Amino acid sequence: MRARLATTVGGAAATVSRLAGRDGSVIGGVIGLRLEPDLLSLLSVGRQVILVTGTNGKTTTTRLISAALAATGQQIASNVFGANMEAGLTYALSRAPDAPLAVLETDEKYIPAMIKATRPKVVVLLNLSRDQMDRAAEIWMLARRWREALAAAPGTLVVANADDPLVAWAASSAGAVTWVAAGQRWREDSWCCPHCGAHLARHGDDWSCRECANRRPPVRWTLQDDQVIDPAGRALPLRLTLPGRANASNAVVALAVAEAFGIDAPSALAEMRTVASVAGRYTQVQRHGTEVRLLLAKNPAGWLEALDVMAPAPVPVLLAVNAQGPDGRDTSWLWDVDFRRLHGRTVLVGGERRMDLAVRLEADDVAFRLVDDIDQAIDLARSPRLEVLANYTAFQQYRAVVGRAE
Amino acid sequence: MANSPTHGWRPLRLVWVYPDLLSTYGDRGNVLVLERRARLRGMPVDVIEVNSDQHVPADGDIYLMGGGEDLPQVLAAQRLATDGGLPEAVRRGAVLFAVCAGYQVIGTEFGGAEGQPMPGLGLLDVSSVRGERRGVGEILADVDPELGVPRLTGFENHQGVTKVGPEAKPLSRVVAGVGNGDGTEGAYAGRVLGTYLHGPALVRNPGLADLLLTWAVGQQLPPVPAQAEELALRLREERLAAVGTPQ
Repeated sequence: MRARLATTVGGAAATVSRLAGRDGSVIGGVIGLRLEPDLLSLLSVGRQVILVTGTNGKTTTTRLISAALAATGQQIASNVFGANMEAGLTYALSRAPDAPLAVLETDEKYIPAMIKATRPKVVVLLNLSRDQMDRAAEIWMLARRWREALAAAPGTLVVANADDPLVAWAASSAGAVTWVAAGQRWREDSWCCPHCGAHLARHGDDWSCRECANRRPPVRWTLQDDQVIDPAGRALPLRLTLPGRANASNAVVALAVAEAFGIDAPSALAEMRTVASVAGRYTQVQRHGTEVRLLLAKNPAGWLEALDVMAPAPVPVLLAVNAQGPDGRDTSWLWDVDFRRLHGRTVLVGGERRMDLAVRLEADDVAFRLVDDIDQAIDLARSPRLEVLANYTAFQQYRAVVGRAE
Repeated sequence: MANSPTHGWRPLRLVWVYPDLLSTYGDRGNVLVLERRARLRGMPVDVIEVNSDQHVPADGDIYLMGGGEDLPQVLAAQRLATDGGLPEAVRRGAVLFAVCAGYQVIGTEFGGAEGQPMPGLGLLDVSSVRGERRGVGEILADVDPELGVPRLTGFENHQGVTKVGPEAKPLSRVVAGVGNGDGTEGAYAGRVLGTYLHGPALVRNPGLADLLLTWAVGQQLPPVPAQAEELALRLREERLAAVGTPQ
């Protein structure tokens, strides 16, 4: 009774705050939790909860899983706008009190507490790499916390990327794991065995420790170029609308989750192909006669993937970096990104920390021009298309400008 | 060192020590800045990246060590001690620049993953322990006037508290931020220099980069063409202004 009352109050609070023009999804959960600290736990009872975490791809994978689960015909609760801590999860559940399924993107630091609170049917572990280290915990420490949390939840199925040694180590404590060969483009954080510290031997995607028994587990689902190899060994073309290797990887993970709900891969894929943009990412908009595509990436691994996704030269590129709280206030990570692949392209540089980016590009001998805003970039690009890659708040700023109709 | 910008002898050898364990915060930036500023003066450069399963060559001119998490830091200290290449290079007079976790490792002692004391390499007379709180944020510090390097600007993110022993001198005095924890920041002795300015510390501090290069070649360097460092100086001024100077 108290949970239902608190839920109503939480929903009301969110309505009020949305009318006030603020982000309702967090404040609603915050107020609900203040009235009933166990609200998330109470709201999870009787539902099948899926928690999705990792450094990159959480929002997109959550969206793809929700799409795939549409094949069940059941109502799904999800924090579609990326509010991924306790209040955001609470609000997502309170908004859909009758949804038997919940697909919840979860911040990688909060996953142990969220496992405890929601007693999930499935936990998805995508990848783990350096990200906003001025406020996040160190990643070896995170992997250890994941490991402990999963060991304490033996009834939970873990769907994990076997190609990421830190993720594989964290997941191997779980009662049941579906291993997915989802690939690992960024390897700078997994040179060494998370178990014993020795150097890992690497052959393609395969890895094994040179000194202890830790090795890549046998996989059930495999991403192979633009196809997925299912557990029966059949190759299916992905044909996603979302671009890039990283999203193909997210889709294969989503297929493994769908399998746990009895959805076959062709049905799940058909639903996932309808996803064209995720919270504004990959959106293409026309502005001043230029087709602008917005890509969001927040850390070195994400930028590496995003630079791969971009349309090739001669399509010009606008790069933008901010260093506000949600971005991480430290721009050191720019030096972990290899920008030399931009040689010979038209590159424009914006964002509040464009001087950091400028000095970084200069060191890689990439020619560029500084711009004050996205319209100046469109003006200077003089091209039918423009690819935009920005980190979190820089992306939101550009989206606020180009998201509006001309 | 058998090297000179004016005579163009053998290339300057930059040795990046253990990027597999100690390069958490864009530490490649220091390699790129040193390489660039050497080349701008006509000096050829060889960059040698040495992972922790490889031997550290002792014949480098400048050695660079970066930052890392607790466990990789302990592994790096153990492997460097066993390998012996870096201590030998320092005995032979090479320049060593170490930041953050690397700074702690080259000291006599540092705090391990659970805070327990771990032996360092003893290449610089500093000893570190784990403090109560993490120091995270922009840092400004005024360098020992003997070194002739302008105010340092950088970012720090560490939980270390470091005591500078009698065989070393503090590198600088903190103007804003935490540093060693006693109002000083970093330390140096001879041609070995350590700092808590993490990751690409030399990017905003071209004067510090030039100090290392000067130590390596043993003579004053010609200036870098003004145009070539315009962006770096603009970034530097922007960051200095953004942090401001507390009274």
